[in-house]
Amino acid sequence: MLKKKILISGNEAIAQGAIQAGCRFYAGYPITPQNELIAYMSKHMPKYGVFIQAESELAAINMVYGAAAAGERAMTSSSSPGISLKQEGISYIAGARLPAVIVNIMRGGPGLGNIAPAQSDYFQATRGGGHGDYHLIVLAPGSVQEAYDLTQISFDLADKYRIPVMILGDGILGQMMEPVQLSNKLIKASTYKKWALTGCQGRKPNIVKSFFLREGALEEANLKLQRNYEIIRKKEERFESLFLSDARVILVAYGTMARIAKSAISRLRNAGNKVGLIRPVSLWPFPQKPFNLKNKKVKYLVIEMSYGQMLEDVKLTVGDMRKVEFLGRSGGGVPNEEQIINKVNQLL
Amino acid sequence: MEKIFKRCPSLYDLPTHYCPGCGHGVAHRLVAEVVDALDIREKTIGVAPVGCAVVAYDYWNFDCSEAAHGRALAVATAIKRVRPQNIVFTYQGDGDLAAIGTNETIHAANRGENLSVIFINNAVYGMTGGQLAPTTLLGQKTSTSIEGREKRAHGFPLKISEMLALLPGVCYIERVSLESPIEVLKAKRAIKQAFENQINNLGFSLVEILSSCPTYWGLSPKESLDWIREVMQKEFPLGRIK
Repeated sequence: MLKKKILISGNEAIAQGAIQAGCRFYAGYPITPQNELIAYMSKHMPKYGVFIQAESELAAINMVYGAAAAGERAMTSSSSPGISLKQEGISYIAGARLPAVIVNIMRGGPGLGNIAPAQSDYFQATRGGGHGDYHLIVLAPGSVQEAYDLTQISFDLADKYRIPVMILGDGILGQMMEPVQLSNKLIKASTYKKWALTGCQGRKPNIVKSFFLREGALEEANLKLQRNYEIIRKKEERFESLFLSDARVILVAYGTMARIAKSAISRLRNAGNKVGLIRPVSLWPFPQKPFNLKNKKVKYLVIEMSYGQMLEDVKLTVGDMRKVEFLGRSGGGVPNEEQIINKVNQLL
Repeated sequence: MEKIFKRCPSLYDLPTHYCPGCGHGVAHRLVAEVVDALDIREKTIGVAPVGCAVVAYDYWNFDCSEAAHGRALAVATAIKRVRPQNIVFTYQGDGDLAAIGTNETIHAANRGENLSVIFINNAVYGMTGGQLAPTTLLGQKTSTSIEGREKRAHGFPLKISEMLALLPGVCYIERVSLESPIEVLKAKRAIKQAFENQINNLGFSLVEILSSCPTYWGLSPKESLDWIREVMQKEFPLGRIK
Protein backbone atom coordinates (compact mmCIF):
# COMPACT_ATOMS: atom_id res chain seq x y z
CA MET A 1 0.00 0.00 0.00
CA LEU A 2 1.33 3.45 -0.93
CA LYS A 3 2.16 5.93 1.75
CA LYS A 4 -0.03 8.84 0.77
CA LYS A 5 -2.68 11.25 1.92
CA ILE A 6 -6.19 10.60 0.70
CA LEU A 7 -9.49 12.39 1.20
CA ILE A 8 -11.81 9.95 2.91
CA SER A 9 -14.81 9.87 5.28
CA GLY A 10 -14.55 8.72 8.88
CA ASN A 11 -16.60 5.62 8.13
CA GLU A 12 -14.30 4.67 5.24
CA ALA A 13 -11.18 5.46 7.27
CA ILE A 14 -12.31 3.06 9.99
CA ALA A 15 -12.90 0.33 7.41
CA GLN A 16 -9.53 0.95 5.75
CA GLY A 17 -7.79 1.00 9.13
CA ALA A 18 -9.42 -2.30 10.04
CA ILE A 19 -8.32 -4.01 6.84
CA GLN A 20 -4.72 -2.83 7.31
CA ALA A 21 -4.86 -4.00 10.95
CA GLY A 22 -5.54 -7.54 9.78
CA CYS A 23 -9.33 -7.62 10.17
CA ARG A 24 -10.32 -10.63 8.08
CA PHE A 25 -13.99 -10.88 8.91
CA TYR A 26 -16.64 -8.20 8.77
CA ALA A 27 -20.39 -8.62 9.19
CA GLY A 28 -22.82 -5.73 9.28
CA TYR A 29 -26.35 -4.58 8.66
CA PRO A 30 -27.27 -1.27 7.02
CA ILE A 31 -28.13 1.70 9.23
CA THR A 32 -27.54 5.43 8.81
CA PRO A 33 -25.13 7.17 9.48
CA GLN A 34 -22.56 4.33 9.10
CA ASN A 35 -23.52 2.98 5.66
CA GLU A 36 -20.26 4.10 4.01
CA LEU A 37 -18.44 1.67 6.30
CA ILE A 38 -20.36 -1.44 5.27
CA ALA A 39 -20.21 -0.36 1.61
CA TYR A 40 -16.42 0.09 1.83
CA MET A 41 -16.08 -3.31 3.47
CA SER A 42 -18.23 -5.00 0.82
CA LYS A 43 -15.96 -3.55 -1.86
CA HIS A 44 -12.56 -4.13 -0.28
CA MET A 45 -12.82 -6.92 2.30
CA PRO A 46 -13.30 -9.79 -0.18
CA LYS A 47 -9.69 -9.24 -1.36
CA TYR A 48 -8.45 -10.00 2.16
CA GLY A 49 -11.11 -12.00 4.00
CA VAL A 50 -14.83 -12.50 4.49
CA PHE A 51 -17.60 -9.91 4.12
CA ILE A 52 -21.17 -10.82 5.06
CA GLN A 53 -24.20 -8.56 4.99
CA ALA A 54 -26.05 -10.22 7.84
CA GLU A 55 -29.81 -10.67 8.19
CA SER A 56 -29.83 -8.62 11.39
CA GLU A 57 -27.59 -6.90 13.92
CA LEU A 58 -28.03 -9.95 16.15
CA ALA A 59 -26.71 -12.22 13.43
CA ALA A 60 -23.87 -9.80 12.59
CA ILE A 61 -22.51 -9.62 16.14
CA ASN A 62 -22.87 -13.38 16.60
CA MET A 63 -20.96 -13.91 13.36
CA VAL A 64 -18.22 -11.72 14.79
CA TYR A 65 -18.31 -13.95 17.89
CA GLY A 66 -17.84 -17.00 15.66
CA ALA A 67 -15.01 -15.52 13.59
CA ALA A 68 -13.26 -14.33 16.76
CA ALA A 69 -13.71 -17.78 18.34
CA ALA A 70 -12.01 -19.24 15.27
CA GLY A 71 -9.05 -16.91 15.85
CA GLU A 72 -9.56 -14.24 13.18
CA ARG A 73 -9.59 -10.50 13.71
CA ALA A 74 -13.25 -9.58 13.31
CA MET A 75 -15.34 -6.42 13.29
CA THR A 76 -18.90 -5.18 12.98
CA SER A 77 -20.29 -1.67 12.81
CA SER A 78 -23.62 0.00 13.34
CA SER A 79 -25.32 3.04 14.76
CA SER A 80 -27.19 3.48 18.03
CA PRO A 81 -30.42 1.43 17.56
CA GLY A 82 -28.38 -1.31 15.89
CA ILE A 83 -25.84 -1.27 18.72
CA SER A 84 -28.68 -1.86 21.19
CA LEU A 85 -29.48 -5.02 19.23
CA LYS A 86 -25.86 -6.09 19.34
CA GLN A 87 -25.67 -5.89 23.13
CA GLU A 88 -26.62 -9.56 23.54
CA GLY A 89 -23.65 -10.66 21.45
CA ILE A 90 -21.28 -8.12 23.01
CA SER A 91 -22.04 -9.52 26.46
CA TYR A 92 -21.31 -13.06 25.21
CA ILE A 93 -18.07 -11.87 23.55
CA ALA A 94 -17.01 -10.26 26.84
CA GLY A 95 -17.99 -13.37 28.82
CA ALA A 96 -16.18 -15.74 26.46
CA ARG A 97 -13.06 -13.49 26.50
CA LEU A 98 -13.04 -13.01 22.75
CA PRO A 99 -11.27 -10.14 20.98
CA ALA A 100 -13.50 -8.14 18.63
CA VAL A 101 -13.98 -4.60 17.40
CA ILE A 102 -17.40 -2.95 17.36
CA VAL A 103 -17.97 0.46 15.76
CA ASN A 104 -20.81 2.69 16.91
CA ILE A 105 -21.37 5.81 14.79
CA MET A 106 -23.92 7.37 17.12
CA ARG A 107 -27.20 8.98 16.10
CA GLY A 108 -30.04 10.49 18.08
CA GLY A 109 -32.14 8.39 20.44
CA PRO A 110 -33.97 7.00 22.35
CA GLY A 111 -35.96 4.66 20.15
CA LEU A 112 -35.62 5.23 16.44
CA GLY A 113 -34.57 8.79 17.31
CA ASN A 114 -33.23 10.45 14.21
CA ILE A 115 -30.17 10.25 11.99
CA ALA A 116 -28.48 13.37 13.32
CA PRO A 117 -25.14 13.02 15.12
CA ALA A 118 -25.26 12.50 18.88
CA GLN A 119 -23.22 11.23 21.81
CA SER A 120 -26.09 9.74 23.77
CA ASP A 121 -24.76 6.18 23.90
CA TYR A 122 -21.96 7.08 26.30
CA PHE A 123 -23.52 5.29 29.26
CA GLN A 124 -24.28 2.20 27.16
CA ALA A 125 -20.71 2.06 25.83
CA THR A 126 -18.81 2.77 29.03
CA ARG A 127 -20.96 0.74 31.43
CA GLY A 128 -20.81 -2.51 29.48
CA GLY A 129 -24.13 -2.13 27.69
CA GLY A 130 -25.50 -5.65 27.97
CA HIS A 131 -26.16 -7.94 30.93
CA GLY A 132 -23.45 -8.91 33.38
CA ASP A 133 -20.39 -7.31 35.01
CA TYR A 134 -18.15 -6.41 32.11
CA HIS A 135 -16.52 -3.57 30.26
CA LEU A 136 -15.40 -2.78 26.75
CA ILE A 137 -12.40 -0.66 25.96
CA VAL A 138 -14.05 2.40 24.39
CA LEU A 139 -12.06 4.70 22.10
CA ALA A 140 -13.45 8.00 20.82
CA PRO A 141 -11.66 9.48 17.80
CA GLY A 142 -11.81 13.23 17.25
CA SER A 143 -10.79 13.31 13.59
CA VAL A 144 -10.86 11.11 10.53
CA GLN A 145 -7.12 10.52 10.88
CA GLU A 146 -7.57 9.48 14.48
CA ALA A 147 -10.47 7.20 13.52
CA TYR A 148 -8.10 5.45 11.11
CA ASP A 149 -5.27 5.22 13.67
CA LEU A 150 -7.39 4.17 16.64
CA THR A 151 -9.12 1.44 14.66
CA GLN A 152 -5.75 -0.19 14.08
CA ILE A 153 -4.80 0.17 17.73
CA SER A 154 -8.16 -1.27 18.79
CA PHE A 155 -7.41 -4.63 17.13
CA ASP A 156 -4.12 -4.88 19.03
CA LEU A 157 -5.82 -4.00 22.32
CA ALA A 158 -8.61 -6.52 21.66
CA ASP A 159 -6.06 -9.30 21.10
CA LYS A 160 -3.78 -8.26 23.93
CA TYR A 161 -6.51 -8.22 26.58
CA ARG A 162 -9.00 -10.63 24.94
CA ILE A 163 -11.70 -7.98 25.20
CA PRO A 164 -14.23 -6.34 22.88
CA VAL A 165 -13.16 -2.83 21.88
CA MET A 166 -15.65 -0.19 20.77
CA ILE A 167 -14.88 2.71 18.47
CA LEU A 168 -17.38 5.37 19.53
CA GLY A 169 -17.92 8.14 17.00
CA ASP A 170 -20.85 10.25 15.95
CA GLY A 171 -22.56 10.89 12.63
CA ILE A 172 -20.42 13.95 11.90
CA LEU A 173 -17.18 12.02 12.35
CA GLY A 174 -18.54 9.10 10.32
CA GLN A 175 -19.58 11.14 7.32
CA MET A 176 -17.14 14.05 7.35
CA MET A 177 -14.28 13.79 4.82
CA GLU A 178 -10.74 14.77 5.79
CA PRO A 179 -7.27 14.07 4.44
CA VAL A 180 -5.76 10.97 6.04
CA GLN A 181 -2.14 9.89 6.00
CA LEU A 182 -2.26 6.17 5.29
CA SER A 183 0.38 3.97 6.83
CA ASN A 184 2.28 1.25 4.99
CA LYS A 185 1.28 -1.32 7.56
CA LEU A 186 -0.68 -4.29 6.29
CA ILE A 187 -1.07 -7.22 8.65
CA LYS A 188 -1.70 -10.29 6.54
CA ALA A 189 -1.93 -13.25 8.90
CA SER A 190 -3.71 -13.46 12.23
CA THR A 191 -1.53 -14.10 15.25
CA TYR A 192 -1.59 -17.55 16.81
CA LYS A 193 -4.15 -17.84 19.58
CA LYS A 194 -3.81 -20.94 21.68
CA TRP A 195 -7.44 -20.82 22.84
CA ALA A 196 -8.95 -20.47 19.34
CA LEU A 197 -11.14 -23.08 17.67
CA THR A 198 -9.07 -24.50 14.85
CA GLY A 199 -9.69 -28.24 15.23
CA CYS A 200 -7.99 -30.19 18.02
CA GLN A 201 -5.15 -31.70 15.97
CA GLY A 202 -2.19 -32.29 18.29
CA ARG A 203 -3.83 -30.79 21.34
CA LYS A 204 -6.75 -31.12 23.74
CA PRO A 205 -10.06 -29.64 22.56
CA ASN A 206 -10.62 -25.90 23.03
CA ILE A 207 -13.98 -24.69 24.29
CA VAL A 208 -15.26 -21.12 23.83
CA LYS A 209 -17.97 -20.43 26.39
CA SER A 210 -19.44 -18.02 28.89
CA PHE A 211 -21.53 -20.53 30.86
CA PHE A 212 -20.20 -21.48 34.30
CA LEU A 213 -22.78 -23.51 36.19
CA ARG A 214 -20.68 -25.10 38.93
CA GLU A 215 -20.91 -23.29 42.26
CA GLY A 216 -18.25 -20.61 42.46
CA ALA A 217 -17.10 -21.03 38.86
CA LEU A 218 -18.79 -17.91 37.50
CA GLU A 219 -17.49 -15.76 40.35
CA GLU A 220 -14.02 -17.06 39.60
CA ALA A 221 -14.43 -16.23 35.89
CA ASN A 222 -15.80 -12.77 36.70
CA LEU A 223 -12.89 -12.04 39.04
CA LYS A 224 -10.55 -12.88 36.17
CA LEU A 225 -12.36 -10.28 34.09
CA GLN A 226 -12.05 -7.76 36.90
CA ARG A 227 -8.30 -8.34 37.22
CA ASN A 228 -7.99 -7.80 33.47
CA TYR A 229 -9.96 -4.54 33.77
CA GLU A 230 -7.68 -3.38 36.60
CA ILE A 231 -4.62 -3.77 34.35
CA ILE A 232 -6.39 -1.97 31.51
CA ARG A 233 -7.36 0.88 33.84
CA LYS A 234 -3.70 1.32 34.79
CA LYS A 235 -2.18 0.98 31.33
CA GLU A 236 -4.61 2.10 28.68
CA GLU A 237 -5.74 5.62 29.55
CA ARG A 238 -5.67 7.84 26.48
CA PHE A 239 -6.33 11.55 26.33
CA GLU A 240 -5.31 14.86 24.81
CA SER A 241 -4.89 17.97 26.94
CA LEU A 242 -4.31 21.65 26.15
CA PHE A 243 -3.25 24.59 28.36
CA LEU A 244 -3.78 22.74 31.66
CA SER A 245 -0.90 24.56 33.37
CA ASP A 246 -2.53 27.99 33.41
CA ALA A 247 -6.20 27.15 32.85
CA ARG A 248 -8.82 28.54 35.20
CA VAL A 249 -11.61 26.83 33.29
CA ILE A 250 -11.07 23.45 31.67
CA LEU A 251 -13.43 22.23 29.00
CA VAL A 252 -13.97 18.45 28.97
CA ALA A 253 -15.28 17.07 25.69
CA TYR A 254 -14.67 14.11 23.39
CA GLY A 255 -15.00 13.33 19.70
CA THR A 256 -16.62 15.92 17.46
CA MET A 257 -17.63 17.95 20.51
CA ALA A 258 -13.97 18.43 21.43
CA ARG A 259 -13.26 20.00 18.03
CA ILE A 260 -15.93 22.61 18.58
CA ALA A 261 -14.55 23.14 22.08
CA LYS A 262 -11.06 23.70 20.60
CA SER A 263 -12.38 26.42 18.28
CA ALA A 264 -14.05 28.10 21.25
CA ILE A 265 -10.84 27.82 23.29
CA SER A 266 -8.79 29.43 20.57
CA ARG A 267 -11.18 32.42 20.45
CA LEU A 268 -11.28 32.65 24.24
CA ARG A 269 -7.51 32.55 24.60
CA ASN A 270 -7.07 35.16 21.87
CA ALA A 271 -9.23 37.35 24.09
CA GLY A 272 -6.86 36.65 27.02
CA ASN A 273 -8.96 34.06 28.87
CA LYS A 274 -7.16 31.16 30.52
CA VAL A 275 -9.11 28.21 29.24
CA GLY A 276 -7.87 24.64 28.73
CA LEU A 277 -9.10 21.33 27.40
CA ILE A 278 -9.17 17.71 28.44
CA ARG A 279 -10.23 15.44 25.62
CA PRO A 280 -10.69 11.85 26.81
CA VAL A 281 -9.78 9.50 23.96
CA SER A 282 -10.36 6.34 25.97
CA LEU A 283 -13.82 6.73 27.47
CA TRP A 284 -13.32 3.42 29.25
CA PRO A 285 -10.97 3.40 30.99
CA PHE A 286 -11.85 7.03 31.73
CA PRO A 287 -8.59 9.03 31.98
CA GLN A 288 -7.68 9.96 35.56
CA LYS A 289 -4.23 11.52 35.07
CA PRO A 290 -5.15 14.83 33.39
CA PHE A 291 -7.57 15.70 36.21
CA ASN A 292 -4.82 15.45 38.81
CA LEU A 293 -4.02 19.20 38.85
CA LYS A 294 -2.24 21.40 41.38
CA ASN A 295 -4.64 24.29 40.88
CA LYS A 296 -7.45 23.39 43.27
CA LYS A 297 -9.62 26.32 42.15
CA VAL A 298 -9.92 25.19 38.57
CA LYS A 299 -13.46 24.85 37.24
CA TYR A 300 -14.53 22.19 34.77
CA LEU A 301 -17.08 22.60 32.02
CA VAL A 302 -18.24 19.31 30.55
CA ILE A 303 -19.67 19.66 27.04
CA GLU A 304 -21.58 16.85 25.36
CA MET A 305 -23.96 16.07 22.53
CA SER A 306 -26.01 14.36 25.25
CA TYR A 307 -27.55 15.34 28.56
CA GLY A 308 -24.92 14.74 31.18
CA GLN A 309 -23.46 11.29 30.65
CA MET A 310 -19.69 11.82 30.60
CA LEU A 311 -20.45 14.45 33.26
CA GLU A 312 -20.84 11.60 35.76
CA ASP A 313 -17.36 10.26 35.03
CA VAL A 314 -15.83 13.72 35.40
CA LYS A 315 -17.59 14.15 38.76
CA LEU A 316 -16.47 10.69 39.89
CA THR A 317 -12.91 11.58 38.89
CA VAL A 318 -12.57 15.06 40.43
CA GLY A 319 -14.76 14.47 43.51
CA ASP A 320 -17.03 16.86 45.37
CA MET A 321 -14.46 19.59 46.03
CA ARG A 322 -14.29 20.82 42.42
CA LYS A 323 -16.81 22.86 40.55
CA VAL A 324 -18.14 20.93 37.55
CA GLU A 325 -20.52 22.71 35.19
CA PHE A 326 -22.34 21.25 32.23
CA LEU A 327 -23.41 22.26 28.75
CA GLY A 328 -25.16 19.73 26.57
CA ARG A 329 -27.63 19.35 23.73
CA SER A 330 -29.00 16.23 22.13
CA GLY A 331 -31.54 14.98 19.59
CA GLY A 332 -29.68 16.65 16.75
CA GLY A 333 -28.65 19.77 18.65
CA VAL A 334 -24.93 20.45 18.94
CA PRO A 335 -23.53 23.05 21.38
CA ASN A 336 -21.91 25.73 19.24
CA GLU A 337 -18.91 28.02 19.84
CA GLU A 338 -21.04 30.95 21.01
CA GLN A 339 -22.88 28.84 23.55
CA ILE A 340 -19.57 27.50 24.87
CA ILE A 341 -17.99 30.97 25.04
CA ASN A 342 -21.02 32.41 26.86
CA LYS A 343 -20.94 29.59 29.38
CA VAL A 344 -17.19 29.97 29.96
CA ASN A 345 -17.54 33.73 30.43
CA GLN A 346 -20.08 33.07 33.19
CA LEU A 347 -17.54 30.84 34.93
CA LEU A 348 -14.44 33.05 34.57
CA MET B 1 -12.04 -62.13 23.14
CA GLU B 2 -12.33 -59.46 20.45
CA LYS B 3 -14.00 -56.26 21.54
CA ILE B 4 -16.55 -55.36 18.88
CA PHE B 5 -18.37 -52.49 20.63
CA LYS B 6 -16.67 -49.71 22.53
CA ARG B 7 -16.89 -46.06 23.37
CA CYS B 8 -15.92 -43.93 20.41
CA PRO B 9 -12.91 -41.55 20.74
CA SER B 10 -15.05 -38.46 20.08
CA LEU B 11 -17.08 -39.12 23.24
CA TYR B 12 -15.59 -38.73 26.74
CA ASP B 13 -16.14 -41.56 29.20
CA LEU B 14 -18.53 -39.62 31.41
CA PRO B 15 -22.07 -40.02 32.70
CA THR B 16 -24.33 -37.36 31.17
CA HIS B 17 -26.56 -34.99 33.13
CA TYR B 18 -29.59 -35.86 31.02
CA CYS B 19 -32.81 -37.29 32.52
CA PRO B 20 -33.51 -41.04 32.22
CA GLY B 21 -34.95 -41.75 28.78
CA CYS B 22 -33.83 -38.44 27.24
CA GLY B 23 -32.74 -38.64 23.60
CA HIS B 24 -29.78 -36.25 23.88
CA GLY B 25 -27.34 -38.93 25.05
CA VAL B 26 -28.12 -41.12 22.04
CA ALA B 27 -27.95 -38.15 19.65
CA HIS B 28 -24.60 -37.02 21.11
CA ARG B 29 -23.24 -40.50 20.60
CA LEU B 30 -24.48 -40.69 17.01
CA VAL B 31 -22.70 -37.42 16.19
CA ALA B 32 -19.52 -38.72 17.85
CA GLU B 33 -19.69 -42.02 15.98
CA VAL B 34 -20.11 -40.24 12.65
CA VAL B 35 -17.21 -37.87 13.40
CA ASP B 36 -15.02 -40.90 14.13
CA ALA B 37 -16.29 -42.91 11.16
CA LEU B 38 -15.32 -40.04 8.86
CA ASP B 39 -12.04 -39.54 10.74
CA ILE B 40 -12.63 -35.79 11.16
CA ARG B 41 -12.38 -35.41 14.95
CA GLU B 42 -9.28 -33.23 14.75
CA LYS B 43 -10.86 -30.78 12.34
CA THR B 44 -14.40 -30.75 13.68
CA ILE B 45 -15.81 -27.67 15.41
CA GLY B 46 -19.19 -28.08 17.10
CA VAL B 47 -21.52 -25.26 18.09
CA ALA B 48 -23.61 -26.04 21.17
CA PRO B 49 -27.00 -24.39 21.74
CA VAL B 50 -28.69 -22.83 24.73
CA GLY B 51 -30.98 -25.48 26.16
CA CYS B 52 -30.46 -28.87 27.79
CA ALA B 53 -27.55 -29.61 25.44
CA VAL B 54 -25.61 -26.41 26.28
CA VAL B 55 -22.82 -28.46 27.84
CA ALA B 56 -22.59 -30.94 24.95
CA TYR B 57 -18.91 -29.88 24.82
CA ASP B 58 -18.42 -31.60 28.18
CA TYR B 59 -19.13 -34.90 26.40
CA TRP B 60 -17.59 -34.37 22.96
CA ASN B 61 -13.87 -34.71 22.53
CA PHE B 62 -13.34 -32.01 19.89
CA ASP B 63 -13.33 -28.20 19.64
CA CYS B 64 -16.65 -26.54 20.49
CA SER B 65 -18.19 -23.13 20.92
CA GLU B 66 -21.24 -22.07 22.81
CA ALA B 67 -23.65 -19.76 21.04
CA ALA B 68 -26.27 -17.41 22.46
CA HIS B 69 -29.82 -18.77 22.34
CA GLY B 70 -30.84 -19.10 18.69
CA ARG B 71 -27.58 -17.76 17.26
CA ALA B 72 -25.74 -21.02 16.64
CA LEU B 73 -26.04 -20.74 12.86
CA ALA B 74 -24.70 -17.18 12.82
CA VAL B 75 -21.72 -18.32 14.90
CA ALA B 76 -21.22 -21.43 12.74
CA THR B 77 -21.50 -19.40 9.53
CA ALA B 78 -18.54 -17.25 10.54
CA ILE B 79 -16.43 -20.16 11.82
CA LYS B 80 -16.90 -22.06 8.55
CA ARG B 81 -16.30 -18.98 6.38
CA VAL B 82 -12.99 -18.15 8.06
CA ARG B 83 -11.96 -21.82 8.43
CA PRO B 84 -13.40 -23.61 5.38
CA GLN B 85 -10.95 -26.48 5.91
CA ASN B 86 -12.71 -27.39 9.19
CA ILE B 87 -15.94 -29.35 9.57
CA VAL B 88 -18.49 -27.21 11.41
CA PHE B 89 -21.85 -28.32 12.75
CA THR B 90 -24.53 -26.96 15.05
CA TYR B 91 -26.58 -28.97 17.51
CA GLN B 92 -29.81 -27.16 18.33
CA GLY B 93 -33.16 -27.77 19.96
CA ASP B 94 -36.57 -26.77 18.66
CA GLY B 95 -36.81 -23.56 20.71
CA ASP B 96 -33.32 -22.54 19.68
CA LEU B 97 -33.59 -23.34 15.97
CA ALA B 98 -37.28 -22.75 15.26
CA ALA B 99 -38.35 -19.96 17.66
CA ILE B 100 -35.70 -17.53 18.89
CA GLY B 101 -33.28 -18.45 16.10
CA THR B 102 -35.69 -18.73 13.17
CA ASN B 103 -34.12 -15.76 11.43
CA GLU B 104 -30.55 -17.08 11.74
CA THR B 105 -31.74 -20.54 10.63
CA ILE B 106 -33.57 -19.37 7.53
CA HIS B 107 -30.83 -17.02 6.37
CA ALA B 108 -27.94 -19.44 6.95
CA ALA B 109 -29.92 -22.00 4.94
CA ASN B 110 -30.79 -19.45 2.26
CA ARG B 111 -27.14 -18.47 1.86
CA GLY B 112 -26.43 -22.15 1.39
CA GLU B 113 -23.79 -22.11 4.12
CA ASN B 114 -21.75 -25.30 3.91
CA LEU B 115 -22.77 -26.53 7.37
CA SER B 116 -24.34 -29.56 9.01
CA VAL B 117 -27.22 -28.99 11.41
CA ILE B 118 -28.40 -31.48 14.01
CA PHE B 119 -31.88 -30.38 15.02
CA ILE B 120 -33.35 -32.05 18.11
CA ASN B 121 -37.14 -31.84 18.08
CA ASN B 122 -38.69 -32.95 21.37
CA ALA B 123 -41.72 -30.68 21.11
CA VAL B 124 -41.00 -28.92 24.38
CA TYR B 125 -38.56 -26.55 26.16
CA GLY B 126 -36.70 -28.97 28.41
CA MET B 127 -34.14 -26.88 30.24
CA THR B 128 -36.53 -24.21 31.45
CA GLY B 129 -39.25 -26.52 32.72
CA GLY B 130 -41.34 -27.88 29.87
CA GLN B 131 -42.89 -24.84 28.21
CA LEU B 132 -44.69 -24.68 24.86
CA ALA B 133 -42.25 -25.02 21.97
CA PRO B 134 -42.79 -24.06 18.33
CA THR B 135 -43.06 -27.79 17.61
CA THR B 136 -45.44 -28.67 20.47
CA LEU B 137 -48.32 -30.74 19.09
CA LEU B 138 -51.93 -29.51 19.12
CA GLY B 139 -53.48 -30.64 22.39
CA GLN B 140 -50.10 -31.33 24.01
CA LYS B 141 -49.99 -30.09 27.60
CA THR B 142 -47.01 -28.00 28.65
CA SER B 143 -46.32 -25.69 31.60
CA THR B 144 -47.38 -22.70 29.47
CA SER B 145 -50.29 -24.45 27.72
CA ILE B 146 -51.79 -26.35 30.63
CA GLU B 147 -55.01 -27.16 28.76
CA GLY B 148 -53.01 -28.32 25.76
CA ARG B 149 -51.79 -26.42 22.68
CA GLU B 150 -54.77 -24.70 21.13
CA LYS B 151 -54.43 -23.46 17.56
CA ARG B 152 -56.14 -20.09 18.04
CA ALA B 153 -54.07 -19.19 21.10
CA HIS B 154 -50.73 -20.77 20.21
CA GLY B 155 -50.73 -21.45 16.48
CA PHE B 156 -49.74 -24.74 14.90
CA PRO B 157 -46.69 -26.98 15.31
CA LEU B 158 -44.04 -25.35 13.12
CA LYS B 159 -42.65 -27.55 10.36
CA ILE B 160 -39.39 -25.72 9.96
CA SER B 161 -37.76 -28.56 8.01
CA GLU B 162 -40.44 -28.44 5.31
CA MET B 163 -40.11 -24.64 5.21
CA LEU B 164 -36.34 -24.82 4.79
CA ALA B 165 -36.68 -27.42 2.03
CA LEU B 166 -38.17 -24.67 -0.18
CA LEU B 167 -34.88 -22.75 -0.20
CA PRO B 168 -32.53 -23.27 -3.14
CA GLY B 169 -29.46 -23.00 -0.88
CA VAL B 170 -30.47 -26.13 1.03
CA CYS B 171 -28.96 -29.38 -0.18
CA TYR B 172 -30.29 -32.02 2.18
CA ILE B 173 -33.01 -32.33 4.83
CA GLU B 174 -34.15 -35.54 6.48
CA ARG B 175 -36.37 -36.21 9.48
CA VAL B 176 -35.44 -39.20 11.61
CA SER B 177 -36.46 -40.55 15.01
CA LEU B 178 -34.89 -42.22 18.02
CA GLU B 179 -37.94 -44.36 18.91
CA SER B 180 -36.38 -47.76 18.13
CA PRO B 181 -32.97 -49.30 17.38
CA ILE B 182 -33.72 -49.45 13.65
CA GLU B 183 -34.67 -45.75 13.60
CA VAL B 184 -31.53 -44.91 15.57
CA LEU B 185 -29.46 -46.60 12.87
CA LYS B 186 -31.31 -44.63 10.19
CA ALA B 187 -30.67 -41.45 12.19
CA LYS B 188 -26.95 -42.21 12.18
CA ARG B 189 -27.00 -42.69 8.41
CA ALA B 190 -28.71 -39.32 7.98
CA ILE B 191 -26.20 -37.57 10.25
CA LYS B 192 -23.38 -39.14 8.28
CA GLN B 193 -24.95 -37.90 5.05
CA ALA B 194 -25.14 -34.37 6.45
CA PHE B 195 -21.43 -34.43 7.35
CA GLU B 196 -20.43 -36.00 4.04
CA ASN B 197 -22.33 -33.28 2.19
CA GLN B 198 -20.22 -30.68 3.97
CA ILE B 199 -17.01 -32.56 3.20
CA ASN B 200 -18.09 -32.54 -0.45
CA ASN B 201 -18.95 -28.79 -0.31
CA LEU B 202 -22.60 -29.37 -1.19
CA GLY B 203 -24.11 -26.72 1.08
CA PHE B 204 -26.62 -26.64 3.90
CA SER B 205 -27.71 -29.97 5.38
CA LEU B 206 -30.10 -30.50 8.27
CA VAL B 207 -31.18 -33.62 10.13
CA GLU B 208 -34.29 -33.23 12.29
CA ILE B 209 -34.28 -35.83 15.06
CA LEU B 210 -37.53 -36.62 16.88
CA SER B 211 -36.30 -37.20 20.41
CA SER B 212 -37.97 -37.99 23.71
CA CYS B 213 -38.38 -35.82 26.80
CA PRO B 214 -40.04 -38.17 29.34
CA THR B 215 -39.73 -35.62 32.16
CA TYR B 216 -41.82 -32.94 30.47
CA TRP B 217 -44.05 -35.25 28.52
CA GLY B 218 -45.11 -36.82 31.83
CA LEU B 219 -44.41 -40.30 30.43
CA SER B 220 -42.06 -43.14 31.26
CA PRO B 221 -39.05 -43.62 28.94
CA LYS B 222 -40.80 -46.57 27.25
CA GLU B 223 -44.09 -44.68 26.89
CA SER B 224 -42.16 -41.75 25.43
CA LEU B 225 -40.77 -43.89 22.63
CA ASP B 226 -44.28 -45.18 21.93
CA TRP B 227 -45.55 -41.59 21.87
CA ILE B 228 -42.92 -40.57 19.31
CA ARG B 229 -43.97 -43.48 17.08
CA GLU B 230 -47.74 -43.29 17.54
CA VAL B 231 -48.36 -39.55 17.92
CA MET B 232 -45.40 -37.35 17.07
CA GLN B 233 -44.47 -39.09 13.81
CA LYS B 234 -48.01 -38.50 12.52
CA GLU B 235 -47.48 -34.75 12.78
CA PHE B 236 -43.82 -34.93 11.77
CA PRO B 237 -43.52 -37.74 9.21
CA LEU B 238 -40.12 -39.38 8.88
CA GLY B 239 -38.05 -39.52 5.75
CA ARG B 240 -36.11 -37.47 3.27
CA ILE B 241 -37.67 -34.03 2.87
CA LYS B 242 -35.08 -32.76 0.39
